[in-house]
Amino acid sequence: MGITSKPVVFAVLAAVVILIGTTVTVFIPLFMPSTQPVSSYIKPYTAVEQEGRDIYMREGCNNCHTQTVRPLRTEVLRYGEYSKPEEFAYDRPFLWGSRRTGPDLNRVGGKYPDSWHYKHLDSPQSMFEKSNMPPYGWLAKNRLDTSYSFKKTSTLGYGYSESDVRQQIDQYRLTVTDKSYPSKESRDKITPPELGKQLTEMDALIAYLQKLGRDVKKMEATK
Amino acid sequence: MNKTSTEQYNYTIVRSFAFSALFWLVIGLIVGLWIAFEMFNPALNLTPWLSFGRLRVVHTNALGLGFGLSAIFATSYYILQRLTRIPILFPRLAQAHLYLFNTVIALGALSLFAGMNTTKEYAELEWPLDIGVVIFWVMFAINVFGTLIKRKEKQMYISLWYIISMTVAIAILYIVNNLEIPVTLFKSYTVYAGANDANVEWWYGHNVVGFIFTVPILAMFYYFLPKSTGLPIYSHRLSIVSFWALNFAYLWTGAHHLMLTPLPEWIQTVAMAFSIFLIAPSWGSVVNGYYTLQGNWDQMRTNYLTKFFIAGITFYGLQTLQGPLQGLRTLNAFFHFTDWVVGHVHMGTMGWVTMVISASFYYMIPRINNTELYSVKLANTHFWLILVGQFIWTITMWIAGIQQGAMWKATNPDGSLMYNFLDTVTSLYPYYRLRFAAGVIYFIGILFFAWNLIMTVRKQPSQAEL
Repeated sequence: MGITSKPVVFAVLAAVVILIGTTVTVFIPLFMPSTQPVSSYIKPYTAVEQEGRDIYMREGCNNCHTQTVRPLRTEVLRYGEYSKPEEFAYDRPFLWGSRRTGPDLNRVGGKYPDSWHYKHLDSPQSMFEKSNMPPYGWLAKNRLDTSYSFKKTSTLGYGYSESDVRQQIDQYRLTVTDKSYPSKESRDKITPPELGKQLTEMDALIAYLQKLGRDVKKMEATK
Repeated sequence: MNKTSTEQYNYTIVRSFAFSALFWLVIGLIVGLWIAFEMFNPALNLTPWLSFGRLRVVHTNALGLGFGLSAIFATSYYILQRLTRIPILFPRLAQAHLYLFNTVIALGALSLFAGMNTTKEYAELEWPLDIGVVIFWVMFAINVFGTLIKRKEKQMYISLWYIISMTVAIAILYIVNNLEIPVTLFKSYTVYAGANDANVEWWYGHNVVGFIFTVPILAMFYYFLPKSTGLPIYSHRLSIVSFWALNFAYLWTGAHHLMLTPLPEWIQTVAMAFSIFLIAPSWGSVVNGYYTLQGNWDQMRTNYLTKFFIAGITFYGLQTLQGPLQGLRTLNAFFHFTDWVVGHVHMGTMGWVTMVISASFYYMIPRINNTELYSVKLANTHFWLILVGQFIWTITMWIAGIQQGAMWKATNPDGSLMYNFLDTVTSLYPYYRLRFAAGVIYFIGILFFAWNLIMTVRKQPSQAEL
């Protein structure tokens, strides 16, 4: 073949061959609304939930937990309604995962009270003796850094103003530090006193976990 | 530069990349052993830096990018010079490539330890390091194409085709998948959302494996197998057909990683069909390898390098059958998310990739030092240890995967689930212990490999060759 003596022509031809499948299966779907449909029931993450999502990513939770329930009978039995494309419209990046060392988390929102998560994240083994999940109690000892929260939510196009973001953060701080917060006891147990009145990384992570799969229930209910 | 004698070739860069590869291999395996232990003993998650979620990414990046890429650069620079019969066109650029590459990988490891992590699998590095990766890739590409254009050998041999397609494909894959908007120096968000992000990511994830762990390894295989055995490749025509079919079909298959997810079904089905098609070009190379040895199978006993290549291509053959089959929707429903897939990946990396790179280094390093290998006996021990280690490792994980997949699906007569999730995890601990032991066996084999090469370069060059 003549092209084996023409390296540049060879490279161009290789690029064309590589780009055919790429164009059909990746580039074209990017411009098809059916690939990632949107629904008015699915709301973007609040600034605090987004901070929690970033901590989930920082700690690599996605290496053990998936976030996509497949339409299989036993999977729906175990986790709940299978995942719908609309739920991921605000997920940048997606966090579906590839290995289920721990259970799927796409339907974990609202499944347990916050107190369960404080206890479990602090010491998974205190609740499940033989669990192999790493302990994350140290997240409660880190004050949540919200200095980039507005920049993050505007980069992600959530449409919040700076005061919206401030309000979301203040409101969640008041919720978890309030005397009547139902999970106050378990939060206080692992949060150092000097952070008692502030938001910790643990608070944000739990806010995120509680958001997972919540909006889609409303969407399904109206179908 | 009219002379083409051996002394004129730039072998310093080949040696430097080869030893970078050994360094990252040892580091990546130590991290691998650590996380393998954490899987049945979470007490090893001593600090945030040593927790599984962060370390797993250090493991995959140190081996995939650190070890894989530097081995590819070492062998590519060697093959390129030999097959064009001229030295590397820009030696200083190659030197800068070496320094930048190792700096990016080292900073990459540190940043992943620190939790700066985009979470896109095999593309976890944050945006400043992505730019570093693109720069060193361009440096490499300039030398590849510059040297090819100035070459003295008219026809480009098969190995050079594979090096060209890797150079082009990795550039496209890496740039498209890593398009992201920075928030701070250490944090960015991808431009793609949800299902689109998943589709782009697994197009990348599948093909980065294809164009790092398949294509350049085939370049090594097609060059070093004939060199080591003294036998020409069985069929040139078969290698042409395999090459173009592989490069065409590979890019359609990424979505078999997303079976039964919210990604549109047609993309999944197309991926499934092309995955099956991909068996043909993959086995084209397997058949080509086996038939090259036709009538000379005694070399499996007499030539220590031959068995590395033949064992390697055998694992490649098994890998490329297993992969498309577990990509089928029905089988995927059972195997996906289990340790079966972990076993699958490691047959490819611990079997095919490491076997071929090992033999290529054993061929290359003594020659560029004008000496003999320090110890063939040690090389044989290395072969058997990594073979046995890998076998125990992967088979253990396949069994673990089948068991957990079955437990997830098991129901009582009344239709309720038979096992809670934790039961399915704790039942795997015996397998995890065995897997760790297999990893230790494999690691000892790799230490012999590294020791053998270090002792080889420390030997005085033999007088006869000078």
